[in-house]
Amino acid sequence: MDLKKLEEIPKSYLKEILGSLSKLEKLKKIPFFTGIHFKDAERDLAQKIESYKRVEKDARRVWKIVELSRNEKRPQCKDYISGIFDDFITLCGDRLGNEDRSIIAGLGKINGKTVAVIGHNKGRDIKERMEYNFGMSIPQGYRKSQRIMRLADRFGFPIITFIDTPGAYPAIEAEDNGQAGAIAKSISVMFEVKTPVISILIGEGGSGGALALAIGNEVFMLENSTYSVISPEGCAAILWKNPSGTKLAARELKLTSRDLIRLKVIDRIIPEPLGGAQNAPERMVKIVKRYIINALQKYEHVPGEELKSARAQKFESMGVFNTG
Amino acid sequence: MENMEKIKCKNCNKDIENDIFIVNLWVCPYCNYHHCINARDRLQITADDNSFIELGKNINSVDFLNFYDVKAYSVKLREAKLKTSMDEAIMVGEAQIDGNYLALGIMDFGFMGGSMGSAVGEKIKVLSGHSIEKNIPLVIFCTSGGARMQEGVMSLMQMAKTVSSVNRVKENKIPYISVITDPTSGGVSASFATLADIIIAEPNSLFCFAGPRVIKQTIKKNPPPDFGSAERNLKNGQIDMIVNRSDLKKTLANILKLFK
Repeated sequence: MDLKKLEEIPKSYLKEILGSLSKLEKLKKIPFFTGIHFKDAERDLAQKIESYKRVEKDARRVWKIVELSRNEKRPQCKDYISGIFDDFITLCGDRLGNEDRSIIAGLGKINGKTVAVIGHNKGRDIKERMEYNFGMSIPQGYRKSQRIMRLADRFGFPIITFIDTPGAYPAIEAEDNGQAGAIAKSISVMFEVKTPVISILIGEGGSGGALALAIGNEVFMLENSTYSVISPEGCAAILWKNPSGTKLAARELKLTSRDLIRLKVIDRIIPEPLGGAQNAPERMVKIVKRYIINALQKYEHVPGEELKSARAQKFESMGVFNTG
Repeated sequence: MENMEKIKCKNCNKDIENDIFIVNLWVCPYCNYHHCINARDRLQITADDNSFIELGKNINSVDFLNFYDVKAYSVKLREAKLKTSMDEAIMVGEAQIDGNYLALGIMDFGFMGGSMGSAVGEKIKVLSGHSIEKNIPLVIFCTSGGARMQEGVMSLMQMAKTVSSVNRVKENKIPYISVITDPTSGGVSASFATLADIIIAEPNSLFCFAGPRVIKQTIKKNPPPDFGSAERNLKNGQIDMIVNRSDLKKTLANILKLFK
């Protein structure tokens, strides 16, 4: 057996392969078996190594997308707001005693029409990142977004959301303040509004914190963004019980835009400039603007009641199960 | 004397005789610590005898992503079914409590940590539909580690699906009550569990979004011992009441009567 091949298989599966290998070698040494060929067993093992090699290669491909989705030079919510909307005003506070900076909300105009904009902002340098808490929201942020959504609903303003978060902020104060309830309520409010909702995943779509802004009539995903139930790191820690499983977890979670359009979880992939949005941020913002304008035109004359029930129907039909 | 098997309380470490433990509804007679119970036992101590008619029994999970970590998801599903004799992490149906009809869902933590995948989401949708059709209150006993990772982002979408389902129940002016049992966290906490009109919790039940382990990773020290507990949640205004397991049936019957 060529041991060099083993360098190319995932570390998590190395133990299993080495175990089979040593078992085979031991069997060969037993006098009773001399003269017997172990061709079948050796072929099976070689096949297994080949398939693990393919898994590793694919996992590396997916990991590149995960890294791209987290690239700090990608356009962020703030860039989209200043590049797309005219006369934008930022609105702050949940009116319950707090303001969460990780979510930016406000009103602006696109194509002459007023819309409400809500999005996670991660920040670029360390100062900005601290200010925006790395795009990780606390309950107050979700409550602010609920307030703006209700405002938009009253005036019939379409709602545009930009999703880019590693997830909700895991902290004791956030939990004491009802993190779970705030996320659930945000999802609930997004189902209640009778205006068009366009959700765009622009970077990292991390778990419940992302979903809290992602109940759209249209859900778009930038080509190299991700959308996942748990971070690959978290998944590896729980299921593989080992950080070496991180890239494998990223592959198994099917978190890329191509996987998710196949599963019909998103409606459309927005193509990025060659090599990723970070290479031409301004062009990226222009492309996204075009997609928003098209989507708004599509829903312009749809009655509110219909928009609401379409959203419920869309999300209630999601899921893959057997009925046998 | 063969029935004198003893069980150690998870909280106070005292030995409890098995018979007494069961008669006491799996609650420690010394420290009132409420131990986890499975869905079938829960049904037996909650609903009127023989009143439960199961719905959506034909809904089953599939390994549609061919998810493989150290074991295939399909294998984990088979093992969970054998271990719990449940079809899924929740069973749903129509039942009666003290003669009051209700749409009842009971989750089972033993089935892959009570995790919510497509089948759990669909069963809650079916249950909500039944509640609306028959105009009977919706009651869900929650216990879950969160969304089922083996179904990828589709399990995240079940949060949206279940929120939309219980929203329709509420819009129809039908009361929705959730009972939080130990432990309830992650995707189930952040969807249908917290949207109930009335939230009841059992004593010492953990109820949070991010669990103590995740919090520990972020703040690099142990969270306080009462983190996420029912008692702390009551103080913080996240739940309506804490009810002992022995009083739960009576309390539910009372609430159902108030909404009649």
